[in-house]
Amino acid sequence: MATKKTMTINMGPQHPSTHGVLQLVLELDGETVVKAVPHVGFLHRGVEKLAENRSYHRALPLTDRLDYLAPMSNNLGYVLAVEKLLGITDEIPQRAKVVRVMMTEITRIKSHLVWLATHALDIGAMTVFLYCFRERELIMDMYEKISGARMTSNYFRVGGLSEDLPAGFEQDVKAFIDAMPGHLETYEGLLTGNKIWQKRTRNIGYISAEDAIDIGLTGPALRASGVDWDLRRDNPYSGYEEYDFKVITREGGDTFDRYTARLDEMRESCKIIQQCLDKLEDGPILADTPAVCLPPKKDVLNSIEGLIHHFKIVTDGFKPEPGEIYQGIEAPKGELGFYMVSDGSANPYRMKIRPPSFVNLQALPQMIEGTMIADVVALIGTLDIVLGEIDR
Amino acid sequence: MSQAVVAKLKQEFPAAVVGIVEHRGEITVTVNKDDIVAVCTYLKDSAGYNFLCDLCGVDYLGTEPRFMVVYNLYNIESKERLRVKAAVSEDDCCIDTVSGVWSTANWPERECWDMFGIVFNDHPDLRRILMPADWEGYPLRKDYPLQGPDREPYQGRLS
Repeated sequence: MATKKTMTINMGPQHPSTHGVLQLVLELDGETVVKAVPHVGFLHRGVEKLAENRSYHRALPLTDRLDYLAPMSNNLGYVLAVEKLLGITDEIPQRAKVVRVMMTEITRIKSHLVWLATHALDIGAMTVFLYCFRERELIMDMYEKISGARMTSNYFRVGGLSEDLPAGFEQDVKAFIDAMPGHLETYEGLLTGNKIWQKRTRNIGYISAEDAIDIGLTGPALRASGVDWDLRRDNPYSGYEEYDFKVITREGGDTFDRYTARLDEMRESCKIIQQCLDKLEDGPILADTPAVCLPPKKDVLNSIEGLIHHFKIVTDGFKPEPGEIYQGIEAPKGELGFYMVSDGSANPYRMKIRPPSFVNLQALPQMIEGTMIADVVALIGTLDIVLGEIDR
Repeated sequence: MSQAVVAKLKQEFPAAVVGIVEHRGEITVTVNKDDIVAVCTYLKDSAGYNFLCDLCGVDYLGTEPRFMVVYNLYNIESKERLRVKAAVSEDDCCIDTVSGVWSTANWPERECWDMFGIVFNDHPDLRRILMPADWEGYPLRKDYPLQGPDREPYQGRLS
């Protein structure tokens, strides 16, 4: 009798379908995964430590680099947290709130497009990848128009926005959301009824609602297991209570359900963006809190008062009163939380980021163990992880 | 609602609750670290705080006890948040794990150990998570230099 032997192999950190630098140590019995141990931290940059050593305004660009596929969601989470810490949440002007919602929903589509593209590519569907990146390119162009950068947007500010929308921007958005439902149908036409896709996703990586809550899953991954929880509806921020949208849930809790849930979320995002366009009215884009907000660039360049104001805020910053707050938002991948502690100085005393991917990745071993090695890439894809925010 | 839970908690564990603070509408309950597992089990099973959003450490260098371990809880039914904190001193730098209460505490506790050197007793897998396994020191402690060990402090760009 030969003894049963298992083999241990390394997957990553240099592996295209680990979506960055994730290392998985897999113990295999033939083609079946017996045990999987994820190793993270290869991209650790010390964002939390860096933030403790710079003022609130200057810590904002660090957040772009967390989930680099959804920079504006990170920006929003951070500025909302700082605004809550300052107690100026109610003073954000309506236009700024609407633009914030609009841009984060565009960001959600952008993030989900990359998820769909890479997830399908991992499973072998190359065509979808090319289509998704074609649409994502349009969003990148919008990003470039409003912030000057395609990825690290840094567009929101504590108190509002850095700049108003450029002329003609609304038409771009309108054209995009009008075309998007048709594109989504194209993706679905390529995948949903596809026999190979169904075989690779149905009943793969099942997770029950209780297990999902226990392990801390959030976002579409949790809702696909049947938990009806969306922070946009349940703990609304930035005026989300004024929008009419459905929270997409599924009952199956497998990879296929997570796929359809995210596709439907993109449709809901398009609806929210349409409502934003309807709500968009002229008005100020920064709160009337001169002690906190940077003055408009026009004033900085043309008046001595504006220059001094700018100088004071950049060099001294603002000092929230001591205390601690937690602000969570519904980022594309799940709950993105910022826990901020102020000691009354101009720097955050502690900034803890709760990245959705970090917590969601914890569920991976439990989902992988017992499946075939070919499903590992499908399961990494379905969790929609980004190593930038896992490692911070 | 959260106030009612806190009042009940105080009634249930009169010796464990050492402080209640409200700031910007959020309630923070400070408890004795010896009772953390009992308090968390109670909050999960009897008060409905079934979701642990986040767990992290904070270093209050210069105060005694030096560290705080912070638990951000969420009730999926009532959509409410509650924060529980427990102080940990530098000499006895350990606290019981809550990974038996919520499995999701596993990685955040590892991160807290990695960054602050706080030991979680009975943790199933207490290894470093973000830093390399052989790293010395705890980067998020306030006395750990920003530029890393054995390096000159950054002086700004010369040109």
